[in-house]
Amino acid sequence: MANHYETVFIMTPVLSEEQMKETVQKFEKILTDQGAEIVHQENWGLRKLEYPIQKKSSGFYHLIEFKADGNVVNELELQYRRDERIIRFLTVTMDKYAIAFAEKRRNNRKEKAAAQEEQQPVAEEVVNQESNPVEA
Amino acid sequence: MAQQNDIKYIAPVAVDIKKKKYCRFKKSGIKYIDYKDAEFLKKFVNEQGKILPRRLTGTSLKYQKKVAQAVKRARHLALLPFVTDNLKSN
Repeated sequence: MANHYETVFIMTPVLSEEQMKETVQKFEKILTDQGAEIVHQENWGLRKLEYPIQKKSSGFYHLIEFKADGNVVNELELQYRRDERIIRFLTVTMDKYAIAFAEKRRNNRKEKAAAQEEQQPVAEEVVNQESNPVEA
Repeated sequence: MAQQNDIKYIAPVAVDIKKKKYCRFKKSGIKYIDYKDAEFLKKFVNEQGKILPRRLTGTSLKYQKKVAQAVKRARHLALLPFVTDNLKSN
């Protein structure tokens, strides 16, 4: 049975824009070759790290949400470890609440993007959507 | 005598005006705590980046576990620091 997964990985900041896209494509291909269905992708761009990883203080973040069998994740993580451009990764299984949240987040991002053309950092965007109901 | 009675009354009243804590997730119906949202998670850590206990935040056990999980994931992805000194000021 196919599970819903979400994976975030951090690439080294030494890559050029081209090389970064190439890396992303490589991992997309790894997923699709094994029959995974990519639901959603997000590129957070170059972000500052809160603490240095491999002596680097920033990195390219990329998020992929996909549906696949569990053994696909093993292969994906193996490829992460073999690729020296990847400095950190995290793959989590999504439960039904996570899936609902991801959908809401996607729609919010889409609306935001449509409403205003100017680019906003990802962190701020998420805060707006989360913190409003809390403080109300 | 009258004075003694007054003191009995006055003392507890001042103490009892404590605000009741509540679980913000239960109250506002949040079901999933996102580890990607570092700004939100910063409400649940102190200045050194340590996770705040339930007795301070009022979060219910069910959601405290999820908060802890989310904070740890965020730390792994360098969205939150493991250790720091002045998280809130910057």
